Amino acid sequence: MIVASPKSITELKNLIARHKKVLFAGCGTCVTVCLAGGEREVGIASYAIRMARKLEGEPLELTQVTIERQCENEFIKDLAEPAAEVDAIVSFGCGAGVQAVAERFPDKPVYAGLNTQFLGILEEQAVWTEKCLGCGDCMLAQFGGVCPVTRCAKRLLNGPCGGSTETHCEVDPDRPCAWQLIYARLKSIDQLERLDAVVPPKDWSTSWHAGARKVVRKEHRV
Amino acid sequence: MTSSRERVTSSNGWEPEVIAFCCNYCAYAAADLAGSKRMQYPANVRIIHSPCTGKIEMEHILDAFLKGIDGILVAGCLEGGCHFLEGNLRARKRTDRIREMLDEIGVGGERLKMVNLSAAMAPTFVASVQEMVEKVRELGPSPLRESPQLESEGTP
Repeated sequence: MIVASPKSITELKNLIARHKKVLFAGCGTCVTVCLAGGEREVGIASYAIRMARKLEGEPLELTQVTIERQCENEFIKDLAEPAAEVDAIVSFGCGAGVQAVAERFPDKPVYAGLNTQFLGILEEQAVWTEKCLGCGDCMLAQFGGVCPVTRCAKRLLNGPCGGSTETHCEVDPDRPCAWQLIYARLKSIDQLERLDAVVPPKDWSTSWHAGARKVVRKEHRV
Repeated sequence: MTSSRERVTSSNGWEPEVIAFCCNYCAYAAADLAGSKRMQYPANVRIIHSPCTGKIEMEHILDAFLKGIDGILVAGCLEGGCHFLEGNLRARKRTDRIREMLDEIGVGGERLKMVNLSAAMAPTFVASVQEMVEKVRELGPSPLRESPQLESEGTP
């Protein structure tokens, strides 16, 4: 899922300083699961911003709506009615959600209420870690399902660097060494021979370096 | 009602108003025990009976502050003694977070406090309430307060 984290109250307050009627739009998908932009988090942010504005003597008229998914027009239409009543929208979706909402309401300022972080998983309660860079050319099969492109700080494809200390990365001692994990995983599935192959330089042309990418699936087009 | 139980009134007519969210298994029973023992504590506090401090959502506390309450005391079981195992530990994390938020907003995190006590600790409950009311009196009215008396608005 997409993992995001909330912006500070001060930043949020400054974003909408010029507006008097604002819609806080939550998203019920990834950012709800990562406790950043769901109905509850939007509610808490609303209280904080209401208090901050009241203290400044500029009360805010604030509406809160959380829709199922902000990255799809089909769901964004549920924001149309409340959006018509406000001066601006703060989207508590991921970066894709914010932009989808902005495209849907071209005459309204749309601000991001969250900082979108990465594609990751829930490691333990309230701890998320990055697992996928979205490089567009998945090599997980070669590495036993552990991605060195994302999880190795140096993105090494042919074994660990000299800095790894047994199980941990030299860049961050709290981070497991991706290559240690790859070795353990390949050993447990009896595919250690995969490590004999020299992996050629990765084709980065499928990654984001040349700008925003696009996926077109002809078979599903109408 | 004795004079010591009367509201602590400041010279400008403002009276601190404090909410105490009390866990059923400890603080609420301690408050009850304080009453049975005829122990006196300021009448500025309004007790809200909660099944566990873990049931107190951040929204409940924030809503009360938005409506202008001067201070909030969250009273839960001793650490390790929660009837639901870790409700009080969760409440501690939530109150810590709200204190940070109140500081950032400008309301002041000192207006929110969490204490841990057992059902037998009536004197501790009384002392906590007195301490909270005194603290709030030092801090003055909540900057979010709109009128001298919240009760007249029918809010907490």
